[in-house]
Amino acid sequence: MTTPRALVAIPAWNEQGSIADVIAKVREHRPDADILVVNDGSTDETADRAMNAGATVISLPFNVGVGGAMRTAFLFAKRNGYTALVQVDADGQHDPADLDRLIDGLADADVVVGTRFHPESMYFVGGPRRWAMVLLSKSLSRMNRGEISDPTSGFRSAGPRAISLFAVDYPAEYLGDTVGSLAIAIRRGLIIRETPVTMYFRQHGRPSKNALWSALYLGRATLAILATGLKGKYTARTDAA
Amino acid sequence: MTAQILGVIASLLTFVFVFWLLRRGSLQEKYAVLWLGVSGVALVLALFPGILRWVTDLLRVETPSNLLFFVTIVLLLLVAVQLSYELSRHEARIRRLAEEVALLQQEITESREPRDGE
Repeated sequence: MTTPRALVAIPAWNEQGSIADVIAKVREHRPDADILVVNDGSTDETADRAMNAGATVISLPFNVGVGGAMRTAFLFAKRNGYTALVQVDADGQHDPADLDRLIDGLADADVVVGTRFHPESMYFVGGPRRWAMVLLSKSLSRMNRGEISDPTSGFRSAGPRAISLFAVDYPAEYLGDTVGSLAIAIRRGLIIRETPVTMYFRQHGRPSKNALWSALYLGRATLAILATGLKGKYTARTDAA
Repeated sequence: MTAQILGVIASLLTFVFVFWLLRRGSLQEKYAVLWLGVSGVALVLALFPGILRWVTDLLRVETPSNLLFFVTIVLLLLVAVQLSYELSRHEARIRRLAEEVALLQQEITESREPRDGE
């Protein structure tokens, strides 16, 4: 297998505290990969620090959410001929040591999702949030005919077919991006696999998920899955790319 | 009688207001036509209440006001849904434009000051 042209995409919204560190760690583990920071309307020093750390920076004129930031990254990847795109959070939650596994996994899959749920994982969620995740995981796994134990994981990679698809059609609504994009990919017949990853607690900033998270997420994601499932024969929107 | 006068005044005011907005160019024709039509119909009904009573009997509705309210609510609901649809489309387009602008800006920056080793 030839080494893919890899792009590490980091969506960032006001992450000046951690962005430089994340970029340095990514470079350490994958010196061959290009690093793209999609600055999602930050009002702090995120863009400057990312640029100084040597990343390519794309600055959105206003905050569009993770989904919109990622679609921009996919568009960039498609237009610049990358054959692998790995999404990494800007807050230091994701361990760049897992990059190899996510990129290598693309050899026999279109999307590789890093899962936090595996025997060696220190990650734990409980209560309603856990139930929401289990329900989403079950329904997506059934659609996929293959286990997707952590559909809300933002630590994942996409191969050429997924890059082309997501550059045109990626859910940009709040909370809809992770689960929604998997539903779209499954609908299109892409192959989704998963690989175990390590996730840390956030280094800086406040977590974007509050107490209402589970309820909101479940509703939103269920709607996304239903809507995608009900679309029937899938027709891609042709308003872009 | 008072209700009738109120109805005439209200629909006339609406008609004039919408027309004024249209002339100023702050309302697109496609929306203006709808509201001009609605206020026009309202004006006719206010001037000739007999029409409403006739239609009410025709459709076997108990009271004319019920028919009027029902039709009004359905109409407003449809308009609201239509506006939500347009708004969603516009949001999607604006987001797409934001992405394109960001990509273009990056390309310009790149071509102005190429980084070392590239």
